[in-house]
Amino acid sequence: MSGQAAGRLSALRRGLTLAPQFRRRLGGTVLLGVIGTIGKVVVPVAVQQGIDGGLEAPGGPDLGRVVLIVAVTLAILVITTLSGYAMNVRLYIASESALADIRTRTFRHIHDLSMLHQQSERRGSMVSRVTTDIDQISQFLQYSGVNLLLSAGQLVVTTIVMIVYSWQLTIVVYLAFAPMILATRWFQRRLSALYGGVRVAVGAMLAAIAESVVGASVIRAYGIRDRTARRLDATIEANRRAEYRAQRMAVLGSQFGELSAAVATAAAVVVGVVLGIGGHGITVGMLTAFLFLVVLFIQPVQTMTEVITQAQNAIAGWRRVLEIQDIEPDVADPGGDGVPLPDGPLDVDFRDVSFAYPGGPDVLSRVELRIPARRRVAVVGETGSGKTTLAKLLTRLMDPTRGEVLVGGRPLTDVRFDSLRQRVVMVPQDGFLFDATVADNARFGRPELTDEQVGAAFTDLGLADWLAGLPDGLATQVGERGEALSVGERQLVALARAYLADPDLLVLDEATSAVDPATEVRLQRTLDAVTRGRTTVAIAHRLSTAEGADEVIVVDAGRIVQRGPHATLLREPGSVYAKLYASWLEQTRADGVAASGG
Amino acid sequence: MLGRGLRLLGRAIHDEPGMFTYGVLGSSLFALMTVASAYVVGAVVGRVAVPAFQAHRVATGGLTLGAAVIVAVAVLKVVGIFGRRLGAGRMQFNLEARYRRQVTRRYLDLPIAWHQRHATGELLSNANADIEAAWYPIAPFPFAVGTIVMLVAAVVSLFVVDWVLALVGVGLFPLLFGVNVLYSRAVSGRVTRAQQLRAEVSTVAHESFDGALVVKAMGREQAETLRFAGRAGELRDAMISVGRVRGLFDPVLDALPSLGTLAVLLVGALRLRSGAIDLGDVVSVSFLFTVLGFPVQAIGYLLAELPRSVVGWERVQRVLVASGDMVYGEVPQAERGPATLTFDRVSFGYGGGPLVLHDISFEVPAGRTVALVGPTGSGKSTVASLAARLVDPGSGTVSLDDRPLPELSAAALAGAVALVPQVPFVFDDSVRGNVTLDREGIDDAQVWQALRLAQADGFVAALPDSMATAVGERGTSLSGGQRQRLTLARALAGRPGLLILDDATSAVDPRVEAAILAALRGADAGASVLVVAYRRATIALADEVIYLERGRVVARGTHPELLETVPGYAALVRAYEQVAA
Repeated sequence: MSGQAAGRLSALRRGLTLAPQFRRRLGGTVLLGVIGTIGKVVVPVAVQQGIDGGLEAPGGPDLGRVVLIVAVTLAILVITTLSGYAMNVRLYIASESALADIRTRTFRHIHDLSMLHQQSERRGSMVSRVTTDIDQISQFLQYSGVNLLLSAGQLVVTTIVMIVYSWQLTIVVYLAFAPMILATRWFQRRLSALYGGVRVAVGAMLAAIAESVVGASVIRAYGIRDRTARRLDATIEANRRAEYRAQRMAVLGSQFGELSAAVATAAAVVVGVVLGIGGHGITVGMLTAFLFLVVLFIQPVQTMTEVITQAQNAIAGWRRVLEIQDIEPDVADPGGDGVPLPDGPLDVDFRDVSFAYPGGPDVLSRVELRIPARRRVAVVGETGSGKTTLAKLLTRLMDPTRGEVLVGGRPLTDVRFDSLRQRVVMVPQDGFLFDATVADNARFGRPELTDEQVGAAFTDLGLADWLAGLPDGLATQVGERGEALSVGERQLVALARAYLADPDLLVLDEATSAVDPATEVRLQRTLDAVTRGRTTVAIAHRLSTAEGADEVIVVDAGRIVQRGPHATLLREPGSVYAKLYASWLEQTRADGVAASGG
Repeated sequence: MLGRGLRLLGRAIHDEPGMFTYGVLGSSLFALMTVASAYVVGAVVGRVAVPAFQAHRVATGGLTLGAAVIVAVAVLKVVGIFGRRLGAGRMQFNLEARYRRQVTRRYLDLPIAWHQRHATGELLSNANADIEAAWYPIAPFPFAVGTIVMLVAAVVSLFVVDWVLALVGVGLFPLLFGVNVLYSRAVSGRVTRAQQLRAEVSTVAHESFDGALVVKAMGREQAETLRFAGRAGELRDAMISVGRVRGLFDPVLDALPSLGTLAVLLVGALRLRSGAIDLGDVVSVSFLFTVLGFPVQAIGYLLAELPRSVVGWERVQRVLVASGDMVYGEVPQAERGPATLTFDRVSFGYGGGPLVLHDISFEVPAGRTVALVGPTGSGKSTVASLAARLVDPGSGTVSLDDRPLPELSAAALAGAVALVPQVPFVFDDSVRGNVTLDREGIDDAQVWQALRLAQADGFVAALPDSMATAVGERGTSLSGGQRQRLTLARALAGRPGLLILDDATSAVDPRVEAAILAALRGADAGASVLVVAYRRATIALADEVIYLERGRVVARGTHPELLETVPGYAALVRAYEQVAA
């Protein structure tokens, strides 16, 4: 067996282990399938019996005998049709239940993968892991899979009946099919490569279409409609050509079967007649039955070759699902073995922490940082200094490559996720909203809260006026990704969401970058009250955040270069913070760049 | 549903007459040869085998001829299959490609307002899954047409053999057809529902993965999984309900030809006794029913796919017939240089909703910089969209150098106005490709110049392949600030007469932003600038400030003037100082 075929088989086997519902019921399903195929073979047998014992009976057709044969066959047909039905239904139930389960587990698994991974893999392809890839498997199991099963059964049962009639003719039929079976292997290999090409082409086409939709306004603003159209057409055309090539090979490959069947039929006639007149116990009825059996033999062989072609697609889909399942979440929930965070306010301790993306330089190097409980600190630094990495390590969206992070005295790697996510909450840079109401988005972390409680939270945050200005207040639909709201408004909702989650450690990642200064000030005052009593780490671009913090931590090139209260840090002339602050002042206070230094 | 499905097939024939003819010719040849093969087998058994078995010797010539004819018929059958499958396949692929081009072309031409009303996932599925569903029945279509040829040929041949045996066929064929129709009726609603649920599962997955950071940061993975599992479970139930119908159809349709064969045995015995036919005829006819069984199912599959196909097509059709294309004028681009932007009593509301801008009038004189300032939600971004003609005003006029924007050609507009949006959009291309967008006359030196102005030259030079580095889908390998600077460079590289910055430096550090602003100001003022701004340094850079509140121009003037005279403005821009105080 070639390595490739072995790979396919092992993918199938692994796939089956993921689908216990499917495996459990497989035995009974196969049994029903075998009974179902008997319905096909019973007809040639009836023809043979009818001809030899009835139509060609010595002394003219024996009508009574024919009626008996037809009646018995009819009864068998009813039974086999019913078991065919039962098999199909079982198969549908088993395969759909298994797939729904795999879909859901894969979905969950993707959520468990670290942010690191979610950025490097394309998100759209993650979606296809739980949609089209699984659909492909489902289609395969239900159309082709049934056929494969039935065909295998039909092949076996047909062969047995053929041997009973004449082992010599059986050999003749098998010899006629031998070249085809050899050729099929070669075609499978070619096809597998060609279908691989189709999948690549489809991926490129979908990416191009997605880009043209998401970037619609940029495409208009820059007048690059024609360029975009050309790119789209190129990928659509490449996809069509790839489909052409694969299909041509598939059609070519499947035609050996038809020719083999003709050769088998012709050979069976010739050999059958010769054997018949030579007195080898072959009757006209048996020869006729044999010709029927050749048809019953070729059908499954053809079905199987086509199904194996379709199987390539399904197995590829299956493999992609398995690949995702195989990626270990690099941030693992210790689950039952873990500990909860201690009650009460939380302190933070970075011990000799470094972080680097795989193959990259250190983004943070040997950071030592203690933040006492209830302290509110602001982390400042230039773009790329490592601020955001600090936030992700603190919320355990990533693990450090060296050293450890302790919260409440417990290493984060030991803390159970349910406890961690409840007590440590981060407001990410982009306030992503779900296609739901303002209220539902705000209580995302605590869905049990009532509208009244959510409304009260907005009032606490000084956002009651803003809320009242929305078309339906709390019940306003925010649209896909919150697009019915402005970027700033989305961030307001995201902040309300963090406030409602009521964490003991709050991590704000540039959460206020797109809110107008007046709104920001309003929020800042409220947040000031909210964050009192809570450990807060704010990753800030705006130094107004730093001014209000108990302590400022200045990050530069992956290291902490300064820390202390805003006023103290300012008094260190020539320091990183002093420069940042001078620049900030130019931006916000002075009336123009020319007036710098003021 | 059946009628609409058939009309859709008619459209397919109309679009791809060549491939369809090819497929149907092949399919008909296949059909005729299939019927012929039954009679050849019957003739060989009746005329060669039976006499040979009786005489205990064989006429070698007859046997050889019989074998040769069997093979010859099969060869013709294979030729037919080639025609049928290649014709059908290419017809399907051509149709998919044709409508993908049409749909994506509509996406490029439909106005932004239309895009805003439709979810991204929905548009993606229109161009992919829906088009596939619409043309999926094309694969068995020529086969099904050929099968009808086959049934007709079979009935005719039956009458030639014996009219009594023919009655078996006349009874059976309508039954086969009827079962197919019944099946398609029973399954159509269920298939449609499954298709709908499949789209919903996809929507949930899209949204949930897009919001992964929030889901994770708040520990809501389990809740999201339950939400997804709910939809996946509904899809499972819908598919099982499809399966119950399909699972019955297949074995019943398998069994019907067998019933025909049994009837032939019974009737054949009677006719044989009366001497009306011989054994070869019985064999031929019963063989005929055996080989017919499989092709007849093609009709059922075709009919069963039609409802899904119609639903897919109707979704595609909604895109194809959507109207409201932005019509561009004929006026070509004037000579380069700073342009004057004028808003004259402009009002605007999204999708017929309440007005978000009321009677806005202002001017950005050539070469000047005007800042738009206002609280969150005051309509600043809408003004920016109107200025770049991403949307057209409900009433009033936006003009560039005294020419209403709709009079300008698309190329003139794109050349004269550059918008840098709040959320940067980066193409899956190299840095160079992202800056030039294949626009004419932008060479590498100009790209570097633009990158320098946007303070992006430093990080670009540090990339592994410098300007040739691919930035990944949506620029995922870059930080938010880097993406903003890259899109700013893109705008500058086109040397626009009007540059619109819609809070385009929000993710850039203050120091970097200061450097960008200094560079813009220092650059030989090639453009007028309309800037939506929060930061005071940005605002202070402007020659004039337009202050917006709730979609109206409340005040305009220089920054110091407004600080003096407009309390709302002063409160907004001095907010930081107040907090520090």
